[in-house]
Amino acid sequence: MLITCPYCGPRDVIEFTYQGDGNRERPQPVSQDLDAWNAYVYDRLNPAGDHNEIWQHSGGCRAHLRVVRNTVTHEILSTAFARGGHKSAGHRTEGKP
Amino acid sequence: MSSRRTETGGRIDRLRTIRFTFDGAPYTGHAGDTLASALLASGVTLFGRSFKYHRPRGLLAAGVEEPNALVTVLRGDVREPNIPATMVEIYDGLVAVSQNRSPSLAWDISALNQLGGKVLSAGFYYKTFMGPVIGPLKGTRFWMFCEHFIRRAAGLGRAGTAPDTSRYERMNAFCDVLVVGSGPAGLMAAKAAADQGARVILAELEARFGGSANWSGETIDDAPAADWAGRLVGQLEGNDNVRLLPRTTVWGYYDGNTLAALERVTDHKEVAARGEPRQRYWAIRAGTVVLATGSFERPLVFPGNDRPGVMLAHAAERYANEYAVLPGERTVVFTNNDSAYRSAVALKKAGAAVVAIVDVRSDVSSEMSRLASEADAELLAGHAVVATEGGKALTGLKVQRFDLTSGALSGDERSIHADCLAMSGGWSPTIHLASQAGARAEWDPGRQAFLPPQPTQRWIGAGAFTGSFSTAEAIAEGRAAGLQAAGGTASLAPLPVVEAVPGDPDPAPVFEIKAKGKSFVDFQHDVTAEDVRLAHREGFVSVEHLKRYTTLGMATDQGKSSNVPGLAIMAEALGKPIPEVGTTRFRPPYTAVSIGSLAAERFGDLKPERLTPMHDWHIENGATMYSAGLWYRPMIYGLAGETVEQAYVREAKATRESAGIVDVSTLGKIAVQGPDAAEFLDRVYTNMFSTLAVGKARYGLMLREDGLAFDDGTTWRLGEQDFLMTTTTANAGKVMQHLEYFLDVIWPELKVTVTSVTDEWAGAAIGGPKARAILAACVKGTAVDNAALPFMGIVHGEIASVPVMICRLSFSGEMAFEVYSGAGYGTRVWEALIEAGKPFGLVTYGLEALGTMRIEKGHVTGAEIDGRTTARDLHLDWMLSKKKPFIGSAMMDREGLIASDRLQLVGLVSLDNRPFNGGAHVVEELDEANPHGSIGHITACCYSPALGKYIALALVKGGKARHGTRAFVSDPLRNRFGPIEIVSNHFYDPDGSRMHG
Repeated sequence: MLITCPYCGPRDVIEFTYQGDGNRERPQPVSQDLDAWNAYVYDRLNPAGDHNEIWQHSGGCRAHLRVVRNTVTHEILSTAFARGGHKSAGHRTEGKP
Repeated sequence: MSSRRTETGGRIDRLRTIRFTFDGAPYTGHAGDTLASALLASGVTLFGRSFKYHRPRGLLAAGVEEPNALVTVLRGDVREPNIPATMVEIYDGLVAVSQNRSPSLAWDISALNQLGGKVLSAGFYYKTFMGPVIGPLKGTRFWMFCEHFIRRAAGLGRAGTAPDTSRYERMNAFCDVLVVGSGPAGLMAAKAAADQGARVILAELEARFGGSANWSGETIDDAPAADWAGRLVGQLEGNDNVRLLPRTTVWGYYDGNTLAALERVTDHKEVAARGEPRQRYWAIRAGTVVLATGSFERPLVFPGNDRPGVMLAHAAERYANEYAVLPGERTVVFTNNDSAYRSAVALKKAGAAVVAIVDVRSDVSSEMSRLASEADAELLAGHAVVATEGGKALTGLKVQRFDLTSGALSGDERSIHADCLAMSGGWSPTIHLASQAGARAEWDPGRQAFLPPQPTQRWIGAGAFTGSFSTAEAIAEGRAAGLQAAGGTASLAPLPVVEAVPGDPDPAPVFEIKAKGKSFVDFQHDVTAEDVRLAHREGFVSVEHLKRYTTLGMATDQGKSSNVPGLAIMAEALGKPIPEVGTTRFRPPYTAVSIGSLAAERFGDLKPERLTPMHDWHIENGATMYSAGLWYRPMIYGLAGETVEQAYVREAKATRESAGIVDVSTLGKIAVQGPDAAEFLDRVYTNMFSTLAVGKARYGLMLREDGLAFDDGTTWRLGEQDFLMTTTTANAGKVMQHLEYFLDVIWPELKVTVTSVTDEWAGAAIGGPKARAILAACVKGTAVDNAALPFMGIVHGEIASVPVMICRLSFSGEMAFEVYSGAGYGTRVWEALIEAGKPFGLVTYGLEALGTMRIEKGHVTGAEIDGRTTARDLHLDWMLSKKKPFIGSAMMDREGLIASDRLQLVGLVSLDNRPFNGGAHVVEELDEANPHGSIGHITACCYSPALGKYIALALVKGGKARHGTRAFVSDPLRNRFGPIEIVSNHFYDPDGSRMHG
């Protein structure tokens, strides 16, 4: 599996660390809504199909990336910086030409 | 043994004679021979004994699918078992031995198993040995006893025990087009893609490129097919864009068009050239893959189909044409399709007598009848072979009339004298890699075979792989695939012209001839047609279960020849069509792969060693080192004759009496800098850091999002926007990743950078009543008295002209200081401190004494912050700020995390004056015979010189309420039971008067 890091280009998956489901929304720090916190800490979507994920380029620039990956085919549909503002043009790194 | 080598022909080098041994006997062959062809040429018919019944077995095939003729190759002390003789190229000095026989191949005592055939049916071992539920063996470990003998009787080759001294290599390769298989289709694809300028890798699992062109006897562009192929290979060799990989099996097709291949670089050589590895593992990332992997001929299933001399028709043809060996002098061909007629003609041309062609079909085309007469063979249409005769070689066979639709046999048996039976049960495309790539194979009723599915990755099929069995089709599809893979457009240029024997590619749907006797489906695992039916009678309906119960297709050949016949027989038993029964998915590897090649250069201890700047000093000064994660740290600085306990007790005692120094360079250190650094730390730590004054340090605790304790350490405020965070040695990486995640993903608005500076600083902790005096004696540029350097204060100065940063903080419980300097000056500062400490009785101490003093103080480490404990469990709730939210603050007060019966940190004192063991349980009532009722466990233990007792830290249910009560330690594994007292974890100097001084 190759992940295209917007800084470093297409790199092998062994350089990256999976940092979890990218759909989770962290409640406001002062929030006392335990259900919301519970959903954030424990609930994972685990879809068979396109999945929004956070990966860290831990063996490279250490940036966190928002990666859309198909969990069935392992196709990477897009990668972008998790930090706003630097979105890369959805590199398609896998799948049919 | 007579020579079966023909006078002319073949693609062997008759001028080069090669000498080798098989089972100790000397043989010769020629360059270009495999072990199989060379032995066959020498008249050998018996190559091995079968797995279960020890039946004599000969060659079935000529290629990688060979199930019977498995040999062990010996090189010095190293033995490699289970290699098909068809895949071993001979070289001078080759030593090969047969397998699964005792005492010898010809006289095998276990062949008596054949007499017990009924008993040794599918599932025999499960039923008999695994679990007798009645009788005298009920509930015994009878299986355990029997297993030893059964394992020895069954099985294939024996693995060696000598270390493999060979060198293996790993290569990463990138290409636009990977072509797998070098038959006419693969060669055309490689050529077409290379001509487009694409970077091409062509992998061929055999030694010789060309595939079927080497033995088909066909003519391409007016030249023998083999010459045509040779010319094409020559052109590819001259192209810089093309990498040719002979002897390279592509064995795995993974995500993202990544393929794994094994190149056997020197297995065929007597001596490897300098620098050559034995095998090379290729990880290939291909833009597009052209699968031109060809097809396998299937055996027919009939009684005695495993007798030596019964082989696949194309294999007989291949031995004759490619290796110039006649598998027999009187050959009978037995087929359900047209392709075997070509084989018959080829064998005839090579000099064998083809006595008869037995065809299960009664309607044979006129073209085939013509081929039969060309082969001078009697055509027995509408007949089937029902038995074979002979021992270690075929002597004859019996045929009967056969009805294609009913499968019924009729009429008298007729005996035919023959020493070779060439059979063909149709062809199965080699779809393994396509199946691995993720798609389900599709049954084609015409070809009676599973055809490759629609691609789910970027591959294109060509040739027999797609079910197009003629060479003309292979050439056309190969060129089209190569062009498409390289991004070219379809070519209208004329294709090479093929002259070939005609034939209908569709076989008759006949897989088995049902007659009396053992009919083998899986030759290597000795699975018969009757075993498959027995599995069905016993209720196995899923093909996956059938496979596992009968072990059909589970031998080293992975059912390359047996899968489809096995499925067909199962389908018939179930009364279902084959596509409804389905096929099993192929998994990597396609053929056996040496573990050595997977490891390649990566073996032994692969972890980097992290050494502190003072490492060499520790070694030179008698430290016993031990590994803590990747780090090496001094355990003790033992004196001659001291035990470990004596050493750490001496070190700890001396520290508390005068002073001790310890290397703390391994602590994780992270520079947290920026305008929002203080705010960030407030969010990360449970306690406040924004209120910390510059030049002061504070002990901090971090929680995880779920509210459990994560890590602790001190953080120093070096400037308004500049903090130095320390973490535990073990968690340095995890904390760094934690901080980066929150800064990058959750709070991108915070202007903070985090930098790992663990390796930039050397650290020495010096503690004890004399510590301050020692510092005062060697530090320049700053005072270190109580006013200048109060508890948790930081000063900057110099030691031995090296700038240092000193923070007064204590892990040992004594008045203590951490002295940090640039890593490169660590030893210089350390030595200066040692020198200054000499008049004060300063000792060096290691991790054992460090641990002892922290246990005496009741400080927590990773043993207590174990991912299950909360701040409250560890009595750190005073650190939980109520003024601000922090990571974990919302979740830490959940019901289960504040329950009163949680495991809480306590101290234990041994009442029988014997040592504790880490991990031992704490119980309320001692029951040595039946240990139970654990209320907690010991996390750390030592002999405390300060208390003169054996003590421990423990996590005990509702621990705080148990202070002052008695309990027991229960450690059945180490047989340590005894009374204890539960006390506070603060054993020593609980009010901290010593460290505050």
